[in-house]
Amino acid sequence: MSATTEPVPGRPARVRGPAQDVAGLGIGRAFGFVAPALLLIGAFLVFPALWTIYIGITNYRLTGVEAVSPSIVGLSNYTRALNDALFHNALWLTLLFVLGSAIIGQNFLGFALAWTMRRARPVVRRTVEALVLLAWILPSTVVAYLWIAFFDRDTGTLNSILGTQGTAWLIEYPMACLIIFNTWRGTAFSMMLYSSALQAVPPSQLESARMVGASGWQTLRDVVFPHIRGHVLTNTLLISLWTANDFSPFLLTKGGPNHESETVPVYIYNVALQGGELGYSSAISFLLLIANLLVALLYLRLLRRRS
Amino acid sequence: MAGIDIEGLATVYPNGVRAVDGLDLHVADGEFFALLGPSGCGKTTLLRTIAGLENASEGTVRIDVADVTRMEPGKRGVAMVFQDYALFPHMTVSENITYPLKVRRVAAATRTATAGRTSSELSLQGLLERRPGQLSGGQQQRVALARAIASEGKVLLLDEPLSNLDARLRLEARTFLKKLQRDLGITTVFVTHDQAEALALADRIAVMQNGRLRQLGSPREVFARPANTFVANFIGSTPMNLLDGAVAAVSDGGSVSVANGSLPAATGSVPAGAEVTVGVRPEYLTLSDGDVNGPSLRGEVVVAENLGTSSLVSVDCGGTLIGVTVPEESEPAPGTSVVLTAPEQRVLLYDRESGELLAKQPAAVG
Amino acid sequence: MTPAYVVRRIGFYVLICAITLFFAIPMLWIASAPFDSSPGLGVRWPDWTLDNVRKTLSHPYALHSMVNSLIICVTTAAAVTAFAALASYALSRVRLPGRDALLYGLLLLSSVVTGTAAMVPIFVMMFQLGLIDSRFGVALVMTGGLLPAAIFILKDFVDAVPKSYEESARVFGASTGQILRDVVLPVARPGLATIMVWAFVNSWGNFLVPFLLIRSIELQPGAVLLQTFTDEGGSANLTVIPVFSLLFSIPVVVLYLLVNSRYGFRFHGGIKS
Repeated sequence: MSATTEPVPGRPARVRGPAQDVAGLGIGRAFGFVAPALLLIGAFLVFPALWTIYIGITNYRLTGVEAVSPSIVGLSNYTRALNDALFHNALWLTLLFVLGSAIIGQNFLGFALAWTMRRARPVVRRTVEALVLLAWILPSTVVAYLWIAFFDRDTGTLNSILGTQGTAWLIEYPMACLIIFNTWRGTAFSMMLYSSALQAVPPSQLESARMVGASGWQTLRDVVFPHIRGHVLTNTLLISLWTANDFSPFLLTKGGPNHESETVPVYIYNVALQGGELGYSSAISFLLLIANLLVALLYLRLLRRRS
Repeated sequence: MAGIDIEGLATVYPNGVRAVDGLDLHVADGEFFALLGPSGCGKTTLLRTIAGLENASEGTVRIDVADVTRMEPGKRGVAMVFQDYALFPHMTVSENITYPLKVRRVAAATRTATAGRTSSELSLQGLLERRPGQLSGGQQQRVALARAIASEGKVLLLDEPLSNLDARLRLEARTFLKKLQRDLGITTVFVTHDQAEALALADRIAVMQNGRLRQLGSPREVFARPANTFVANFIGSTPMNLLDGAVAAVSDGGSVSVANGSLPAATGSVPAGAEVTVGVRPEYLTLSDGDVNGPSLRGEVVVAENLGTSSLVSVDCGGTLIGVTVPEESEPAPGTSVVLTAPEQRVLLYDRESGELLAKQPAAVG
Repeated sequence: MTPAYVVRRIGFYVLICAITLFFAIPMLWIASAPFDSSPGLGVRWPDWTLDNVRKTLSHPYALHSMVNSLIICVTTAAAVTAFAALASYALSRVRLPGRDALLYGLLLLSSVVTGTAAMVPIFVMMFQLGLIDSRFGVALVMTGGLLPAAIFILKDFVDAVPKSYEESARVFGASTGQILRDVVLPVARPGLATIMVWAFVNSWGNFLVPFLLIRSIELQPGAVLLQTFTDEGGSANLTVIPVFSLLFSIPVVVLYLLVNSRYGFRFHGGIKS
């Protein structure tokens, strides 16, 4: 027995020896590796998130006296939000936007694409998937112009197709346009997620369903859906979160006409940088953060239960 | 060249599991040594502790007399082949083989010479510029061996060296490996869960269970006289018959009563009437259709399974199924009445409670 | 072939055509308008000309903004890749105390603190730090925003690399530095390339951060400048916008195709922020 080992019975003895990790990095250097990333995340994500709480209880403004010496106003920004008709309007529009474009649009279209492309010929499959992915990866500013052109009152493609020259879609039906736009923009994610989920459905089960003569709908309901239920939930939560925080409506309509398409992110921008009311917009930002946190916690719970 | 001395070694994981639990072991210089056991028995942890990839919690490891227990893996003078070979995918075969030398800043000319020499030793000529992804499983294994040999360690450690090869290739690689070890004469410790592999390759085998040593001995000893029922069960391609019995007679022609009859046995110091577990390998039982002199069992053939050059016949002896191996084309038809017997020294007696071998004779088994 | 089968097949193809058209038609504009002699917002077979390209390239800020985009995105992609690589390696291989809590926190942060929810404090913070109108400041904010997800994706990647690579190098006596340089870095290259492209594409398309933090037109990246192209009358400058849109999209598409062909497009949950 060497003198260096004096094991404590029943507990792992802490002994000096080669570093425990595979490359011999050691705890000290490992912390050094993690530190720069944590510093940046701390400075540009954690700190702003916490600071939102503080700014939200002040009357801080972009310009004027309150810009130099803001004072604490307690919860009055929050009580103001309770009675702010424009904020209520923004909440309602965001709900419509999430429901229409994410929960219904992207979800259903994404699943339909994943389901039909499964058996399509490779050429068809590759072409369709490339188009859907292209809609997803193009820069948002470019995509905004594509849709402004598509919806244009005078020469827009939509009016040419429908023969409704003179209809200003973005002004007359702004929310419907945004919902269609965002469905187009974000379906790729759902399509890919459902494609990989469908690959995990055992082919033998699909074949057994066919052997007993189940219809397509019955197969979906009884064989496929039980396998992908978890994916449907996680997908819905993620795309809802992203859609609720999406700033691209601003690029199409800037919230107009007359606040008719002013979702919460656009409202925050308009209040903060057009109206200059940084305190009040921070209070609303904080509410958005809380909503995000709730959805994210739910998402992580589901992930954990699945694994 | 060097031996390995292990004293009171224990490796405890942070979760409190004692993967290796107080082990003493000596591997002689130039020996081909097997660590054998079911998965989770601690054999791989033991190998990794010798290599320094796991920290010993208690005890010491000595390689060539020097205490290496607290030493960095790279300073211990060991070479290791991993189960998945761990060939670097971005390096050519030649770069892989000479990487241990490059680490030690050996001159490029020497490295090229080593690559040439080692690759011819392992029949890898012509593959030096390929990448591991372009090689067959057998070639990859030989590259991993070549790399380990090129590193000029005093001790070679192999973790499941043959498990990633398909069945046909495995036999070929086994022969190759044994010859290579003989030629190099390097002290080699290998881990395997395959008893046939251990029996075929090793000079000595350590059978492990739950982090402890259950038997240490030559392949012949371990096969013929398992030290306990665990080893008896684990070793042998057809499992040993382990039957409840009692010592019937202790004089010169000792015997044990088993099932509906009895078998001859060297009872040694076990008293008459003692309840024991009787172990007898199917290979050592003989089957006849007439009467035999001395203790025997009577039964009826249930099924016969063809094993190639032999058959495993299951005989029902008053409700107890006993396996017997018979030469090919001599298996009796199901339903035949038969008589079983075995030579006295092939019938082993184990303690019913502890499962340890009783009457440890005639050969003294460590 | 039963009639029902035929009807179903026809329905299937009609559906596929409809979906294809839905995704393709809005994109036609960017293919036709840049090369039309009198570009408008409508889609038509162009009266071919390269005049618009010439005019766009001679626009005082167009190429400038591309350079700004490049500066911001290369900085961001390099910083994200370097810091995420270090952090994910340590988190994957070393049992750091509090590692699980840290990973959970990162996963939460990456989805909770979005650009839109944090735009006010980020604006105020950068304003007080004097980093308004700084391309470096924009890159810093983007790096902070992309890092949690990048660490996650890379950690998954490192987790999948067998530890025996490092262990065998270690048994042969390689130092930690040698292991990282000779073994880990080359083996992790596909993962690093994917993350770098991912960070580049994400920051290339990011509109909000530079829109908030950059005021002067000569420092604006393409994503923001594209919004401000107007002609003398104040309406959208349709000579420049289509060509610029096309040029601005090319790097993203090329990088995507590159990653797709070299490493295959692997699906990472939440890859897009």
